[in-house]
Amino acid sequence: MVNTKVTLCGITLDNPVIPASGTFGFGREFAELYDINCLGTFSFKGTTREARFGNPTPRIAECTSGMINAVGLQNPGVEHVIAHELPEMKAYFHKPVMANVSGFSVEDYAYTCARLDGEEQVGWIEVNVSCPNVHGGGMAFGTCPEAAAEVTRAVRAVTHKPILIKLSPNVTDIVSVAKACEEAGADGISLINTMLGMRIDVARRKPVIANRMGGFSGPAIFPVALRMVYQVAHAVRVPVIGMGGVASAENVIEMMLAGATAVEVGAMNLIDPYICRDIVNDLPRVMEKYRISSLSEIIGGCM
Amino acid sequence: MKQVQLTVIGQEQLTASVFRMRLAGDISAITAPGQFVNIRLDGLFLRRPISVNDVQDDVLTIIYKVVGTGTEAMSRLPAGSVLDVLTGLGNGYDLSKSGSRPLLIGGGVGVPPLYLLAKRLIAEGKRPAAILGFNTKDEVFGEDDFRALGCDVTVTTVDGSLGTKGFVTNALPDEYTYFYTCGPEPMLKAVYKAAATSGQFSFEERMGCGFGACMGCSCKTVTGYKRICKDGPVLEKEEILW
Repeated sequence: MVNTKVTLCGITLDNPVIPASGTFGFGREFAELYDINCLGTFSFKGTTREARFGNPTPRIAECTSGMINAVGLQNPGVEHVIAHELPEMKAYFHKPVMANVSGFSVEDYAYTCARLDGEEQVGWIEVNVSCPNVHGGGMAFGTCPEAAAEVTRAVRAVTHKPILIKLSPNVTDIVSVAKACEEAGADGISLINTMLGMRIDVARRKPVIANRMGGFSGPAIFPVALRMVYQVAHAVRVPVIGMGGVASAENVIEMMLAGATAVEVGAMNLIDPYICRDIVNDLPRVMEKYRISSLSEIIGGCM
Repeated sequence: MKQVQLTVIGQEQLTASVFRMRLAGDISAITAPGQFVNIRLDGLFLRRPISVNDVQDDVLTIIYKVVGTGTEAMSRLPAGSVLDVLTGLGNGYDLSKSGSRPLLIGGGVGVPPLYLLAKRLIAEGKRPAAILGFNTKDEVFGEDDFRALGCDVTVTTVDGSLGTKGFVTNALPDEYTYFYTCGPEPMLKAVYKAAATSGQFSFEERMGCGFGACMGCSCKTVTGYKRICKDGPVLEKEEILW
């Protein structure tokens, strides 16, 4: 009998598999397909202070082994999430959920985190300082160590829940951003968000995406994500959630060997709605294949 | 929604770029005309959303136009190919509002989903008429299929090479109780302006997931933000912001 449990910032997960924010909504569409309580947890749709429609369409483009999205943080706003999404979620998800928060100013981040601090269902707050699809916010905070630290300090001051800062790969030195967040009081680091990318419709000679550029994700980015997880995990003491192109139980184990305590699965949820359930079910088989009796023992196990 | 494996039974080419594919398997999740399926293809990441043309027992018929890498790959699939398909996606058309003489207005590859709708309306004792619009006679398909169901069919071509010259809106009859439409957005907008009754519009958008998870295909409506894939693709005239 293998042990898939891991402990993330003081909360034990049945397994390290976490659907990533923006690919799983508030879980409802997936709960209609299978019992999502088999997951470690999930990170819900990036939530902001006010409701947002996001960017004009087209927001989606095909890429080799991946896709580009430029949704632009469409969400119903934190008050709606507290009044409707979280109460409704109680009917189909019975574990602590990860709240994903974004903002356009330090005050926005602090406000939204403070509002979610009182919600008992929220186990962790994942603070997205890395959305490539909005102007004047999101990624602007995650590409500079000082700005990322400022957001971290502001949210640290308003919540006792564990906070994980979700970092952008669109930087020269992700380690310096991670370290700045750790020093500012982050309980964990979550990486990577999507990579800034672009496709052009050759026939029309125009970008496929209305917003011109967007976030590139999917299996194509796995090696880049793994490298960054490895670098950050070796530079900080707080736990790291690894994500970026994860598509299999073997990928989960690879991320954990690189130093991830838990692993998020993003773009693949859109292609295969059962992927997270299947990875959870497949983990014991793959663990036995590699003679792993307890997943938590392999974290950072790559020398 | 149901994820199923469907087997290609056969394909035929209807025009230079339009193909009809028949697939066999469990299609029980398809409950309404106007719904779509999302097809996974080898070597491509995103699934390809294609509207349902017809369902009969365990056979699904789709009609699609080759517009890019995905649909081109589909057109080359031989009989016997097994495809991973998400079925029963989208809301589909609501037949309850049709009245006795509904009008079906299709443009190009917007025509296929109206076929199953016509079939279901006729089964309910309604007498639908169809206007099928194309650019030119070489692009026309589906006319005989609608006639075989017993529909009054008017074909329009922009260049006048077949049927009524002009757009679908040049062929609107004097009397109809309701309308259902699917086609390119400029046509939908023209129908919106010209139609004398209320009706339902089926929309197209580039999609991520096709089942409501990613917000890739959202639009603004009178009643708030809607996902074309999950809350649509069919919207009522009254909720459209044009």
